[in-house]
Amino acid sequence: MSMYNEGSGQGSSQDLRQITFGQAIREAFAEEMRRDPRVFIIGEDVAEAGTPFKVLSGLVDEFGPGRVIDSPISEAGITGIAVGAAMTGMRPVVDIMFGDFITLTMDQMANQAAKAHYMSGGKLKVPMVMRTTLGATRRSAAQHSQSLHVWFSHVPGLKVVVPSTPYDAKGLLKAAIRDDNPVVFFEDKMMYQVSGSVPEGEYIIPLGVADIKRTGTDITIVATSSMVYVALRAAEMLEEVSINAEVIDLRTTFPLDIQTLIESAKKTSRAIVVDEGYERYGVTAEIASIIADGAFYYLDKPVKRIGARDVPVPFSPVLEDMTVPTPELVAEMAKTLCGQL
Amino acid sequence: MPQPTMFDSKQEELKPAAAERQKLLRLYEQMLKIRVFEEHVNELYVGAKMPGLAHLYIGQEAIAVGVCEALRGDDYITSTHRGHGHCLAKGASIALMFAELLGKEAGYCRGKGGSMHIADPDIGNLGASAIVGGGAGIATGAAMSAKMRGTGQVAVCFFGEGALGQGLLYEVMNMASLWKLPVLYVCENNLYNEYTHYSETTAGDLKARPMAFGIYAEEVDGQDVCAVRATALRLVRRARRGEGPAFLICHTYRFRGHHVGDIDRSFYRSEEEEQVWTTERDPLKLLAQRLIDQQMADASVFKQVEKEVRAEVEAGVEFALNAPYPDPSEVDQHVYV
Repeated sequence: MSMYNEGSGQGSSQDLRQITFGQAIREAFAEEMRRDPRVFIIGEDVAEAGTPFKVLSGLVDEFGPGRVIDSPISEAGITGIAVGAAMTGMRPVVDIMFGDFITLTMDQMANQAAKAHYMSGGKLKVPMVMRTTLGATRRSAAQHSQSLHVWFSHVPGLKVVVPSTPYDAKGLLKAAIRDDNPVVFFEDKMMYQVSGSVPEGEYIIPLGVADIKRTGTDITIVATSSMVYVALRAAEMLEEVSINAEVIDLRTTFPLDIQTLIESAKKTSRAIVVDEGYERYGVTAEIASIIADGAFYYLDKPVKRIGARDVPVPFSPVLEDMTVPTPELVAEMAKTLCGQL
Repeated sequence: MPQPTMFDSKQEELKPAAAERQKLLRLYEQMLKIRVFEEHVNELYVGAKMPGLAHLYIGQEAIAVGVCEALRGDDYITSTHRGHGHCLAKGASIALMFAELLGKEAGYCRGKGGSMHIADPDIGNLGASAIVGGGAGIATGAAMSAKMRGTGQVAVCFFGEGALGQGLLYEVMNMASLWKLPVLYVCENNLYNEYTHYSETTAGDLKARPMAFGIYAEEVDGQDVCAVRATALRLVRRARRGEGPAFLICHTYRFRGHHVGDIDRSFYRSEEEEQVWTTERDPLKLLAQRLIDQQMADASVFKQVEKEVRAEVEAGVEFALNAPYPDPSEVDQHVYV
């Protein structure tokens, strides 16, 4: 977990308080629910339990069970209900406990929520948020460990957020709740205890703006969610061999900040894309393609990508750890691209 | 504060017999609109003037009309792939519907939804889903939203008996019952899941399914528009009073094929069966006979109604045929708000 403790905040720690990723999420909800009475949360064990990760603890005490609603274990049903409530003047947040369970919501998200605005010629709107998790290494095996954010990223009509820091999580979640489109918000379940600097006051981070988490000149490492920490750790390792890496946190897979990606790649002339989703047909493939296309004449090497190993996530720790991108892997690949191996 | 339905307000001013006559004639006219609309859809399709395909509502008109006449203007409906009747009964414009069916920019969805996706929130129509059972969540969510906002609105979820095979319906019925949501599930049992008789796909007793969730359920003759309206009115009022969801099974028959191209139906149903329903169980004929028997109307009245309806439908077709297609720039519009 020490990997998460570097470079995870904005500003200096002297003038900003430190809170965890989970606290940042909870704060964003509390602020938005105070601001807008149309916002409510529905999901399994979201009220008194505050979710198994305790991220929503206390919200039911302030907002009551009418706005923090414990539902049956019916992912498709609560998602459909959220779509209908969103169409008719509410701003629901549907909580899907594990990202693996989004598979159960696919029709409601891909065929209903994503298409209602277009299919109705702009007459219907679906201002809803689905919050769920991604990320392996919690020893939870194949059905509680996947990172399936690319599934929603593929569907026109949906927006997808993959925050990495407490600061970003709070600002992006507030933007997601205020967005008039269906937005899916993926939280890495291994990051809830990560601390970072978050100001007391209100702020919003617009969806579709990448963040350069570390500036550099020799190679661009594009990362999402917890892979930002992998990239930052790799950048430190690279510094030891005098390779100056730039780390770009995508923050959203859609809308996509294409300009920032291409400008960075043009500057460094090398790029690696790291994401915890499966490598095949993955987020990394899309980003690599965009960089290759947009910065082609500036690139010294092919754009490389590292995703999760293309296997169902295994249980045994020794096997599971082999499936996730590591700082060592990223650093080795960067060294190769920079001609140091 | 619930507003009275269209009929209630008129009835108060008229003598009972005149009010009854006006009510029945209105039901007749609404059903006839759907019938004539659908006949023109068929002609447009056969004449290669309509792209895609269409699922005609002919034979089931009494259900959409009976239910929608029991609703307030701001009540919600969700519809299905066989949805033209629901939209018209809820108050959609014939001309704008035809324009949508022909993929024209003047259509309800700017030509981007088509026959299976007419939506108009201004009249409470939250859209039609072409995923069987796909609207069940939306209707239930709209009911939840109405309850949260305290508006007294009711949501109606129309679906065919084919949707009884979809799990989503049971998930949301469970929640609707738990939370006493003002939603009416209207199951139109037209006997066929596409090309398969429902008895081959549906185990047990239909009504026992909602009842297992503690949802109040009734059955009605879906060819009798007065019975549908009266039953729907009771169930809608019940929901509006906060007494929770209800499930209404309407026994009906799809007079035509699954879609306009389904001409040879002999492999799944007999001509004799169709004959019995179309001659003896036609909702328009049944209501006309009732009006005649009660000496409320004669042939000249029906002729006049038909003349007016045909003129409106033909004008709608004409409007749609002459309307321009969407500008190419429209293809990228409305993906996001």
